[in-house]
Amino acid sequence: MAAPKYPGFDTLALHAGQSPDPATGSRAVPVYQTTSYVFRDSEHAASLFNMERAGHVYSRISNPTVAVLEERVAALEGGVGAIAAASGQAALHLAVATLMGAGEHIVASNSLYGGSHNLLGYTLKRFGIETTFVSPRDPENFRKAIRPNTRLLFGETLGNPGLDVLDIPAVAAIAHAAKVPLLVDATFTTPYLMRPFELGADLLYHSATKFLGGHGVAIGGVLVDSGRFDWEASGKFATLTAPYEGFHGMDFEEESGTRAFLLRARREGLRDFGACMAPMTAFHILQGIETLHLRMPRHVENTRKVVQFLCSHPGVDKVFYPELPDHPDHALARKLLPRGCGAVFPFELKGGREAGRKFIEALRVFSHLANVGDAKSLVIHPATTTHYRMSDADLAKSGITAGTVRLSIGLEDSADLIEDLERALKAAAR
Amino acid sequence: MKLRVEGREVFAYTAAHALDAAKPTIVFVHGAGLDHSSFGLQSRYFGYHGRNVLAVDLPGHGRSEGPALPTIGAMADWIAQLLDAVGVAKAGLVGHSMGSLAVLECAARHPERVERVALIATAYPMKVAEAFLDAAKRNDYAAFDMHTIWGHAPQAPLGRDANPGMWMYGDTLARLERLAPGVLYNDLKACNDYAAGAESAAKLRCPVLFVLGGRDVMTPPQAARALTEAIKSKTVIVDLSGHTLMVEAPDATLDALVEFFRDAEKPDRPAR
Repeated sequence: MAAPKYPGFDTLALHAGQSPDPATGSRAVPVYQTTSYVFRDSEHAASLFNMERAGHVYSRISNPTVAVLEERVAALEGGVGAIAAASGQAALHLAVATLMGAGEHIVASNSLYGGSHNLLGYTLKRFGIETTFVSPRDPENFRKAIRPNTRLLFGETLGNPGLDVLDIPAVAAIAHAAKVPLLVDATFTTPYLMRPFELGADLLYHSATKFLGGHGVAIGGVLVDSGRFDWEASGKFATLTAPYEGFHGMDFEEESGTRAFLLRARREGLRDFGACMAPMTAFHILQGIETLHLRMPRHVENTRKVVQFLCSHPGVDKVFYPELPDHPDHALARKLLPRGCGAVFPFELKGGREAGRKFIEALRVFSHLANVGDAKSLVIHPATTTHYRMSDADLAKSGITAGTVRLSIGLEDSADLIEDLERALKAAAR
Repeated sequence: MKLRVEGREVFAYTAAHALDAAKPTIVFVHGAGLDHSSFGLQSRYFGYHGRNVLAVDLPGHGRSEGPALPTIGAMADWIAQLLDAVGVAKAGLVGHSMGSLAVLECAARHPERVERVALIATAYPMKVAEAFLDAAKRNDYAAFDMHTIWGHAPQAPLGRDANPGMWMYGDTLARLERLAPGVLYNDLKACNDYAAGAESAAKLRCPVLFVLGGRDVMTPPQAARALTEAIKSKTVIVDLSGHTLMVEAPDATLDALVEFFRDAEKPDRPAR
C-alpha cells in the first residue's frame, strides 16, 4: 500500500468540498439559487427533518453551494466542519449563542475589531452575557479574568489596531485548564499564514469578506470547529450535553462528540437566528479561495516593501508591523507567523488630524474606505472618519492617535503603491 | 444510555428512546478506534422506526470505560453480555470493519442471541498493513493519518461530505485524537490476529447482509470473498464509497440496512 498523503493546501483551496456536479457535470461549483429542495416522498421529508438522512431542506439551514464553501474552509483549517454565516459578525454571534446564555461570561482580548468590541461589550451585555476585556500581551491576563461562569476565551490572531499577536498556545492552555474553549478571529491571517487549530485553538471564524474572498464584492463569515474540545468532560456546556427540547430532546454531544457544536449551531443557530449565507455569496467567496495560496504571498511581499518604505520616511513617526524588531510581539510573530504577518497594519503620521486629511485626499491608488483584505489597496484615517468625534485623549484609549493611518496592502505593483504613498506623505507635510 | 457490562460503565446511543421490551433491537458495533457516532444517521433512523437501538461505544472507546477488549472473540462475548445487561434475548447486529468481525463471531458463538447480521466494510482475513500496525504500536500520529486516508475513498478529501458543511477527514482525525494511547493498536491487532472467520462463517444460519465499498482501500470487495462465498447472504456494493460507508454513502448504506430490516419498520417520530 502506498504511503498515505494528504492533498496539499493549494489543491484543497481549489477542490475541497466539490466534485464535478453529478447532475450536470459542471466543473465549477454550481450556484444552487434555491430556497428549498423537493422531497422524494413524505418518508424522505420526515427523515431529513429528523436528521436520519443527510441532505438539504431549506437554504437557511444548508445549501449545496454554501456547503462547498463550508467544507473547503474546514479542510483548509483542519477542522471537522464549518458553518457559513451572513457576515463575520454573524459568525461570532453564532459561536457565542451556541455556547452560552444569560449569566455567563467571556474573557476577550481588548485588541479587537470595533464591531466585535461593540457586540461583546455592549450588545451581548443587554442579553445577560458579560465580557471582561484584557490586554493579550500577557496571556496571564486571561487567567486572572476567568470566573466560575466563564464559558469562552476569545482573541484575534492579529489584533486591532496595533497587530498584537495572540499567543495561542499559551492562551489555549489557560482556556483548557479552565475547561473552556478558545475562539479566535483568524480573518487577518487566513489559513495560509496560520492554522490556529494546530496551535491549540478550539474554534475559529473568518470575516470571509476580507482575504478569503479577496475581491471586496461579498459580505460573509465562516465559523469552523476543530472538533477537539471535549464538551462532556468539561461539564460546563449544557447547550451541547443536555437534551434540547427545541430539537426533539436531542443531546448533541451524544449524537457526536466531535460534531456537537456544529450540530447545535446549525440546528438552532441558523434555524432560529437565521443569519445564513446566500448561495451567490458562497460562490463569490469560493472564487476568491481558489487563489488564496497565490494572493497571500503577494499581499505579504507587497506589505513588506511598503513597511520598509514607510519606516525610512521622515514624515512617519512609527510603523506597527510584527515583523519589525521594535514591535512588542516580534519574537512571537517569528514563531507563530513564519509566512508573514498579513497585509493590514497601522502607522503614525506626523502632523495629526490635518496631516491625515491631506494624506488621504492626496492618494490616488489607495481607496479610502472602511474595509480591509481586498485585492486593491485600501486606506482609512480613523481620526477623521470612524473616530472623528473623539478627542485625542479618547483616541489614545482606543490605542490610536490623531495621526494613525491604517493601510490594507493589495496586489498592485508595489512601486505604484510606494509612489502613491510618497506623494501623499509629501502633501501631508505641506 | 449508560449501563454496566462486566462491572464497567458502557455508553450506548439509543436515539433518545428508552428501550421498549415490545420492540426488536439492533446493536451497532463500530470499527477500530472509532465510536457509536460512526452510525449517526443510520442508528438514528432505526431508533425512530420501530427498533430499539444500541449503538455502543466498545470498552475503551468514546464514553465507555476501558480497557479495550483485546480480541475479536472477547468483543463477540461482550456483545452477548451487553444483551444480558439490557435484558434483550435476541437482536439484529450491524458491524463496521472491526465491528463486522465482532458481530460475525458473536453470531457464530451465540446463535440464539442473534436475529440477523449486517457486515459493513468487512474482510477475512482482515490483515492490517505492517506500517499501520507499527505506527499504532508506537502511538505515532502517522497511524491516525493512515486510518484517515486509507479509511476513505481516494476522492473523499476533495469530494463532498453528504452532511452539509462537514469534512470527513477532519472528523475522523478528531475522533482518533480522543483515544487513549494503545487503543488503536489494540483494535488493529485484534483484526489482524482474528483467525476464526472461516470456521465461524460456516456456523451462521441467520440472514446475513454484506455492504461493501467499491473504492474501499482497506477492505476492498474482493477481500470479503472468503466470507461472501461461505455464507448464504446478500451483498450490496456501493460503487463510489470507500471504507467509511456510513459517512461516505449514508443513504445507500441506510437503504441497504432498511431493506434488510424492513419487516420491523414502524415510524414513531415525535411531532414537529
